[in-house]
Amino acid sequence: MTTNLIDIQNSDVIMATSNMAENHPVGFLWVMKAKERGAKLIHVDPRFTRTSAVADVHVPLRSGTNIAFFGGLINYAIQKNLYFKDYVVHYTNASFLIDPAFKTPTDLNGLFTGLEQTGKGGPDPHVAERYNQGSWKYQLDAEGNPKRDLTLRDPNSVFQLLRRHYSRYTPEMVERVCGIPKQKFVEAAQLFCGTSGPEKTGSITYALNLTQHTNGVQNIRALCMLQLLLGNVGRPGGGVVALRGHANVQGATDLAVLYQDLPGYMAMPFRDRHPTFKDYLETETPKSGFWVNKPKFFVSLLKAWYGDAATKENDFGYDWLPKRASADAYSHQHIFVDMYKGKIKGFLLIGQNPAVGGPNAKLAREALGKLDWLIVKDIFLTEAAEFWKAPASPPHRPAADPKNIKTEVFFLPAAPAAEKDGSLTNTMRLIQWHEKAVDPPGDVRSDAEFIYQIGKRLKRLYAGSKAKRDQGILALTWEYGDKEPDMLQVLKEMNGFALKDITDKDGKVVYKKGDPLSTFVHLTDDGATCSGIWIYTGVTVNDAEGKLVNRAALRKKADEKDYLAHGWGFAWPANRRILYNRASADLSGKPWSEKKKFIWWDAEAPGASPDKKGKWIGMDVPDFNAFLAPDAKGGDNPYIMRADGKGAFFGPLADGPFPEHYEPIESPTKNLLSKQQNNPVAKIWQVPDHRNDLAGVGSPDYPYVITTYRLTEHHLSGVMSRYLPMLAELFESHFAEISHELAAELGITNGDMVTVSTPRGKIHAKAMVTNRFKPFIINGKKTHQIGVPWHWGYNGIAKGDITNDLSATVGDPTVYIQETKAFLCNVKKGVV
Amino acid sequence: MARTLAMFTDISLCIGCRACQVACKQWNELPMEDPEWTGTYQNHAHFTDKTYRLVRFVEKPQADGRLQWDLMSDVCKHCAQAGCLEACPTGAIYRTEYGTVNINQDACNGCRYCVSSCPFGVVAFNHDTGRASKCTFCNDRIHNGLGPACAKACPTESIQFGFRDELVAKAEKRVAKLKEMGYKEARLYGADSNDFLGGLNAFFLLLDKPGTYNLPDKPKLPQRNVFVDSLLSVGSAVLVGLGAIVAFRERGQGKGGGDNA
Repeated sequence: MTTNLIDIQNSDVIMATSNMAENHPVGFLWVMKAKERGAKLIHVDPRFTRTSAVADVHVPLRSGTNIAFFGGLINYAIQKNLYFKDYVVHYTNASFLIDPAFKTPTDLNGLFTGLEQTGKGGPDPHVAERYNQGSWKYQLDAEGNPKRDLTLRDPNSVFQLLRRHYSRYTPEMVERVCGIPKQKFVEAAQLFCGTSGPEKTGSITYALNLTQHTNGVQNIRALCMLQLLLGNVGRPGGGVVALRGHANVQGATDLAVLYQDLPGYMAMPFRDRHPTFKDYLETETPKSGFWVNKPKFFVSLLKAWYGDAATKENDFGYDWLPKRASADAYSHQHIFVDMYKGKIKGFLLIGQNPAVGGPNAKLAREALGKLDWLIVKDIFLTEAAEFWKAPASPPHRPAADPKNIKTEVFFLPAAPAAEKDGSLTNTMRLIQWHEKAVDPPGDVRSDAEFIYQIGKRLKRLYAGSKAKRDQGILALTWEYGDKEPDMLQVLKEMNGFALKDITDKDGKVVYKKGDPLSTFVHLTDDGATCSGIWIYTGVTVNDAEGKLVNRAALRKKADEKDYLAHGWGFAWPANRRILYNRASADLSGKPWSEKKKFIWWDAEAPGASPDKKGKWIGMDVPDFNAFLAPDAKGGDNPYIMRADGKGAFFGPLADGPFPEHYEPIESPTKNLLSKQQNNPVAKIWQVPDHRNDLAGVGSPDYPYVITTYRLTEHHLSGVMSRYLPMLAELFESHFAEISHELAAELGITNGDMVTVSTPRGKIHAKAMVTNRFKPFIINGKKTHQIGVPWHWGYNGIAKGDITNDLSATVGDPTVYIQETKAFLCNVKKGVV
Repeated sequence: MARTLAMFTDISLCIGCRACQVACKQWNELPMEDPEWTGTYQNHAHFTDKTYRLVRFVEKPQADGRLQWDLMSDVCKHCAQAGCLEACPTGAIYRTEYGTVNINQDACNGCRYCVSSCPFGVVAFNHDTGRASKCTFCNDRIHNGLGPACAKACPTESIQFGFRDELVAKAEKRVAKLKEMGYKEARLYGADSNDFLGGLNAFFLLLDKPGTYNLPDKPKLPQRNVFVDSLLSVGSAVLVGLGAIVAFRERGQGKGGGDNA
């Protein structure tokens, strides 16, 4: 998230688009604190939840129509002149001019310029079309700088393109598409757009409600653009509040437990584009912005991994890194489709339960049965560990028969957090250390020990090998103790340290060999420093006496002088609590208002050297060159990670530079905004044996919208909750939430068993008939939606059918996430 | 007696997460009981011998089309005039030096007078042990300088723990602020020692009438009905006697006697 949960208390209006009270109840404290101070809470959600129960305004919207809603708000802010003009002109790319050849869906009936058929012989057989982004670019002047029009009047300016693009998103259109009554939309729009300007700020929360769609990334772009328009980023009480679903999902993302990144958000190299280190650095390092330092971060990463074996001569071991075959080759859904096709032989499953938790879970369970071997490491015997016990799942699959499954399955019991040392990085980029409370029982081991020991065994196995593929493992620095790795040593390597004495320009020793680095600014690209993840640099430092301080373990609470508690843990980067905070001051460096004062330019403060004056100061670590004056070149570029330094309204992604509303792949209606029904470049995997059949638009067989979600009382696929008696008892059974209106149509009463089906699968659950769901009126037609939580499975204390047997294998074109928030189903009374 | 301790549950801050309910079970080592279908998120329907803290979920569609979903974390009120304590014939139910009400399991004889004497339906009977049980205000924790487990676990500070006088002052400020913010029906329940039951040591801030949250408007101890009830009994006895006299008189006159018909 761009901000910090504690800072939400400063919001004047909070728009929760996710179900924050239920899924992030601990962080919700700060929403309640804001409410105690008089802030208003808007909750945007298809159903009325525990978040709605404490909200001032509940805005029900049909699942899958978020961009129509955000687009409506963007249009409202522009039409009513409610946007924060000074912020927009100076801190965003609104004034930049775009290539005149570029056209938006307003002119091209739902498409952007450049859509091309790729055909079956294209690079990806699952994607029929893709965009040629040739015209999606700035107009440049003679010196190569983007042309700007600060009046925002040029028809090719980003602002005018934006205005024109969203002019179609009227309150009437929002009502027709989303099913939000116009009056309700206007109420929410007035309230939230009222946070524009110097005196007020508003924050928006989101989670998987926005991400799990075939336009997931564009959903988030849309909300970011709204926040830029209202001047709500980088300022106290503002921000994009991305809520992560696990205690350490942020850490997992930072450390690249994902296929597309290396630690610290550097792209995993591609085979075709990046055969050599030189190719990689040339294509991946921008000419301006903070990412010009990427070579330093990358070389330091390679030095952390390969140590002395990484030299300038061998490109620091770049050749040893695995390279990607294609953009999505190792994404979750792709892996399971490949596994189902028999392309994958062995699988390590650590702390994940795709037999319940992933989309098209039935496909995942079948795929596991095609492996030669499977290792599951978890705290309980999960459904994935016992996929061979799966009961029948109609319509295509009988109960699993262990006789026909050749997979050899190993189960290794894992230690939970209380049984090991380590750190967690939470949703607000805060790294917090925890110490082992008790030893794990029996032969239970931590994940770190397991991976450490595998690494040691691989090194022994490959010892003496001359094969090229083994050299990376052999070169790895892999000494963290005897049995269980010393996690503080791991954190110290992530932080980075000097590999030789480092001197300043006067020859004074700044770091002795082995000293931890205090900031990533000191990383170098010559091999003198190492850092396992540059954004974490500063988490372990030496104090004045040269003693190591683990800042993740610090626990100083907030006080009047420091409401953001900078002495509690360490927030990356640089212990900064609000990102882009240069934007909390105006062009001249003064706070936009006394009330929203945060970081400002003090012209009298001692400067970078004794003969200079001026420094950015305030309540946080400035997210800016602390000595760069506001009137200096680049002094008005708060978005330092971007090459142009500006917040991006115009931001090319695989599916367009502006978010455009498309219907989910399975939808009850044709797209009311354009002729283009779905995201044209969304990925729909072709899976044999009817394993990924889809319902057509407005399908009479599957007439209802279904959304899936989590409950406070259970955690994800239930491994951390369904096995615990005091949590398992909180819900009687698996249930489907159904409106009184739909229940009446189908003759269902509260507590009846119902059958919910899609072309992929069928589940049975109890009907919870509730006022918290209401039918939507979509384009004048009554449209029902139901909701089903997805925590249950066939193991554990609380059992139930697997909701994810219903969902499909379809994905967003940028990150390939599934669409489990909006698809189609049928509902029948009884077990049929 | 030590300064009275209290729990203040501010319903306006409750998000119904049930962390309190679970923390209570965990700390007090209360076993799981089979869940029941209540038709809502609530489980269980009532306080039991294994569920001392209970979050209630009540859907209330409003006349203007809005929905109100009341989320309310309920618990033993530790009344200043406690019906259970007064009804207990063995002295098993006692008041601690902090003002909380507890059941000494060793002295309980399982008569269940306390169960029927609680105006809030809090006290439950444990069929395994044959004794009554209810929230202990985490007696072991408060005697070791800690607050109750439910208050500790509450993520939104909806359940607060502290000295009663301080909490009441805080609660009064909060209710005034809420009224200012437009919550016209906001009120405290059980904060006033001069009101019903001498005040509750687990008191509440409600956003609506008590009945909305399944709480009695003016709870009374069943024992307080004894005087009126005994007068009524005397009255009934007199009426029965009069009836008998009339009946026997009629029989004596030979008019009655259906047996002879």
